Amino acid sequence: MTNSTGAPATGGHGYLDAASAEPLHPAAREALLAALDTGFADPLRLHGRGRDARLLLDNARAVVASCLGVRDDEVSFTSSGTAAVHLGVLGLLRGRARVSTRLVHSAVEHSAVLAAGDWWTREHGGTTDPVGVDRHGRLAVGALAAALERPAGAVAVQSANHEVGTLQSLEEVYAGAGDTPVFVDAAASTGRTDLPPGWSAAAASAHKWGGPAGVGVLLVRKGARWRAPFPTDDRTDPRVSGFENVPAALAAAAALQARLAERDELDARQRALVDRIRDRVAATVPDVEVVGDPAARLPHLVTFSCLYVDGEAVVTELDRRGFAVASGSACTASTLAPSHVLEAMGVLTHGNVRVSLTRDTTADDVERFLEVLPGVVAEIRARAGVR
Amino acid sequence: MNASGEARHGPGGTPPADLELDCRGMRCPLPVIRLANNIGDVAVGQSLAVVAEDPAARSDVPAWCRMREQEYVGEGVAEDGVPRYVVRRLR
Repeated sequence: MTNSTGAPATGGHGYLDAASAEPLHPAAREALLAALDTGFADPLRLHGRGRDARLLLDNARAVVASCLGVRDDEVSFTSSGTAAVHLGVLGLLRGRARVSTRLVHSAVEHSAVLAAGDWWTREHGGTTDPVGVDRHGRLAVGALAAALERPAGAVAVQSANHEVGTLQSLEEVYAGAGDTPVFVDAAASTGRTDLPPGWSAAAASAHKWGGPAGVGVLLVRKGARWRAPFPTDDRTDPRVSGFENVPAALAAAAALQARLAERDELDARQRALVDRIRDRVAATVPDVEVVGDPAARLPHLVTFSCLYVDGEAVVTELDRRGFAVASGSACTASTLAPSHVLEAMGVLTHGNVRVSLTRDTTADDVERFLEVLPGVVAEIRARAGVR
Repeated sequence: MNASGEARHGPGGTPPADLELDCRGMRCPLPVIRLANNIGDVAVGQSLAVVAEDPAARSDVPAWCRMREQEYVGEGVAEDGVPRYVVRRLR
């Protein structure tokens, strides 16, 4: 396969955008194909095919619960990670609306959290308060404590940042939040790092760990004051609505289970490769800043910003050479708004490149990327008239 | 330096600058490229202002100063209300 420019397609080992979407795990593919035939029926029906589907769904829920160390009835499957985030944040806010309608969140949350907050403000008269982060993107725990001197309905904090990979210290957040329920957006980290207990609700997304797209996971802690923010039905799960996607849920569960089994090996390999990228980029590309916490980070993700470069131009030029990466820069996007994550960290917002390794990325793939990158950046700088 | 050779003061008490770069209408990263290409036009110790609507400049001018070891003096507004970022050349 080739892309429009005739270069090798980026579906192979040049694909370095796992943080946007991890390719389907072989275990997920196998489960999905089997369940397409055996899990199509309505799990509510009392006939044999319905019971088959129900069994697969219950199994998927049990596997995800066991992988995440939670109870089966704390797990809901949603139609996306974003839907799980919306339900998690808004459900906690509804549950405590009599105490406060205020959402406190880190300034570097995923846009799904910010959108939930905006909607809450507009539709329910609530307020939102972002809390600042340091240069690495770590939540300023003192600032969180200050923000919580006034009552809040919920605190929303990510386990790890999706753009720069920095891990938040959730134990510190839980301690600082006190009685205020905490929502954790665990989309970037699930399957890669443990989710420590202390949250009242949390969310994850299957396509980030090698499951299919269109499966989110909402976790609601038993006993948490969570109230459904949207209409529900009387199907298998009181928190969500609609006909369950049984095959996809099962595939998501299979992928998560397989990921956890290979996690330690993968973690060590990816960490070493990312360390190599961090060192080599800093050494071979002039005027570059590697951003995000160098140690307390996701294993597979590294982000750097190159001065004088349009991030989208880097993405395009690397794509021509067979590499797929993401950029938090939006110099030519219609909004022109820089990434709120990079902005909150106080780092360069242009020339941003995010490299995230899949479970198949090899040392050779990384090496080829590192050989190509300095020339690409130099070429774009020369074209832009940098003296 | 402006025509009269005097330091220009931004309106409303915003920081003065010895040279002003008009980057109105430019998209990122052009204002920062202009800044880098023209910092040599002022002497060490003098300052230079970047006038730009580009929202990325608010983050990127201070970030450039940090990465290039120059001093970020602060933000003001030009006469027409466009943000104006002042940098002092340190080296």
